[in-house]
Amino acid sequence: MKVLVAVKRVIDYNVKVRVKPDHSNVDLANVKMSINPFCEIAVEEAVRLKESGAASEVVVVSIGPKSVQDQIRAAMAMGADRGIWIETAETDLGALSIARLLAQVVRDEQPGLVLLGKQSIDSDNNQTGQMLAAMLDYPQATFASKLTVTGDEAEVTREIDGGLQTLALKLPAVVTTDLRLNEPRYIKLPDIMKAKRKPLAQTSPETLGVTPSAGLKLLSVEPPAERQGGVMVESVAALVDALKNQARVL
Amino acid sequence: MSILVIAEHDNQTLKSATLHALAAATQIGGDVDLLVAGSDCQSVAAEAAAIPGVRKVLVADAPAYGHHLAENVSRLVADLAEGYGYLLTPSTTTGKDFMPRVAAHLVVEQISDVMAVVGPDTFRRPIYAGNAIATVQSSDPIKVMTVRTTSFEAVETSGGSATIESLSQVFEASGTRFVSEALVQSDRPELTSARVVISGGRGLGSADNFAHLYELADKLGAAVGASRAAVDAGYVPNDMQVGQTGKVVAPELYIAVGISGAIQHLAGMKESKVIVAINNDPDAPIFQVADYGLVADLFTALPELIESL
Ligand SMILES: Cc1cc2nc3c(=O)[nH]c(=O)nc-3n(C[C@H](O)[C@H](O)[C@H](O)COP(=O)(O)OP(=O)(O)OC[C@H]3O[C@@H](n4cnc5c(N)ncnc54)[C@H](O)[C@@H]3O)c2cc1C
Ligand SMILES: Nc1ncnc2c1ncn2[C@@H]1O[C@H](COP(=O)(O)O)[C@@H](O)[C@H]1O
Repeated sequence: MKVLVAVKRVIDYNVKVRVKPDHSNVDLANVKMSINPFCEIAVEEAVRLKESGAASEVVVVSIGPKSVQDQIRAAMAMGADRGIWIETAETDLGALSIARLLAQVVRDEQPGLVLLGKQSIDSDNNQTGQMLAAMLDYPQATFASKLTVTGDEAEVTREIDGGLQTLALKLPAVVTTDLRLNEPRYIKLPDIMKAKRKPLAQTSPETLGVTPSAGLKLLSVEPPAERQGGVMVESVAALVDALKNQARVL
Repeated sequence: MSILVIAEHDNQTLKSATLHALAAATQIGGDVDLLVAGSDCQSVAAEAAAIPGVRKVLVADAPAYGHHLAENVSRLVADLAEGYGYLLTPSTTTGKDFMPRVAAHLVVEQISDVMAVVGPDTFRRPIYAGNAIATVQSSDPIKVMTVRTTSFEAVETSGGSATIESLSQVFEASGTRFVSEALVQSDRPELTSARVVISGGRGLGSADNFAHLYELADKLGAAVGASRAAVDAGYVPNDMQVGQTGKVVAPELYIAVGISGAIQHLAGMKESKVIVAINNDPDAPIFQVADYGLVADLFTALPELIESL
């Protein structure tokens, strides 16, 4: 079975973003960029499936400018076999267009399982995997915290608001990852060297026959309302007093 | 333009998240219908019909919708979409699961986590863990969106008399099978609608130590939440995670105990009215958003706090 993993290049999760003075967007100049943490979990899961013998090949795909090759290489250093780069001017084309591009790659590659992150930590959309599954008419399991593949079925435990839910999906299917699915491995230097020699194909929306649409326009970006700095209290007694008599919440 | 809101429920009662999504619909303006898709869910339909401002309750009652599987619910919603200008549902794990499929079926974008209605086609939503707020404009013929429940006050639950209409369409995908569910049972208030929330982090050190938080919570009638680190360490179940990628809460009082205040955690609680932080590290970032900060060892502060209430 072939596993396809979609990875996105995003701002590193440790960086606190700043809004540009002209409010056109956030400022990403000279900011550390990384593979989206949920995509990293997806790559790790795919590589583990290969290591366990359940998968035969792991292919990673990323959409964006040339710089997304860094994230494809990082995924290959983790153990993915080859990469596909779909060249576009930006990484945020809108989830509908991203899903349409990925759907075309799925039709060409015919993987048994498609893994995506549940959410990009920049756009916070949480949409792409679900849209992709709908376009392909595939079963889906979002928010996966456990995944087992047996024959032509995947059993997935999902983190839902009330607790956990387990679904059985007929393959091919789309699964999106949650935080507790696994802990991604540390990339070692020799693996980075090895990844440089792995094949990385380049393609484009035109070649895939997809014209990105723009149903959603970004008008402006503002910083959030700042909270007023509070006070430090000296003791539990002072805290209780403040909550009762000042804030009046007790 | 009329609006279809898809209700969140457990086949017995309506979840309060629905009331917040209805509030967003009211702000957009227009006739509002409510879809109840479930199995043996007539009691939910009756509850829904009593909500003022709802024109019509559409009920799709079939085993195929019993577990709200995204494949089935999204087909139903897409089938009903014609004639509506907006499709709304709360931004819960259920809403996030099926709604993007609806958007894909209709070949439109989805607007996730709407926190403000600026105009008929313009909305505000948080990005980058709430460190930036985007204003977006949709040119799609139908606006598909999930609603951030903490940003809209719940609508009233009684006084209305909507008509109830039964639907007969059944969409049942064969590729997905429900296996099991392990729902966490608790007598405490629900995290996302509680007036007081007390959350614990890695500082608690163990699952057993969360007993201190439960004791305090029971004194205050509070819900208990947690940081990702506390969930990852296995101190508490996943449904208690508050944050960018967990639940978003905005209670009147939020007490963070042994939580450092990473941006991913703040994203889920910084809209709370009053924030209290108890941490033994005076430099913990959580103090920057706290209205009241107490630098103390939680193992001495918590018993004292419980004692004094
Ligand atoms: C993709 C991604 C998504 C994430 N999503 C979320 C999310 O949704 N929610 C979330 O919470 N996090 C999330 N995180 C994790 C986040 O970055 C932090 O790692 C996490 O919030 C830290 O949890 P913590 O504050 O409990 O632990 P720590 O950062 O380890 O802090 C523990 C605190 O306890 C204090 N402490 C220790 N002992 C005591 C004591 N005896 N008395 C008093 N204080 C004490 C310490 O001073 C410290 O400040 C996410 C991370 C990533 C990468
Ligand atoms: N530009 C992109 N390139 C590759 N994969 C992407 C891209 N954007 C989103 N994805 C995938 O979709 C997932 C969910 O993203 P989102 O719907 O934007 O929150 C990500 O974790 C990726 O797996």
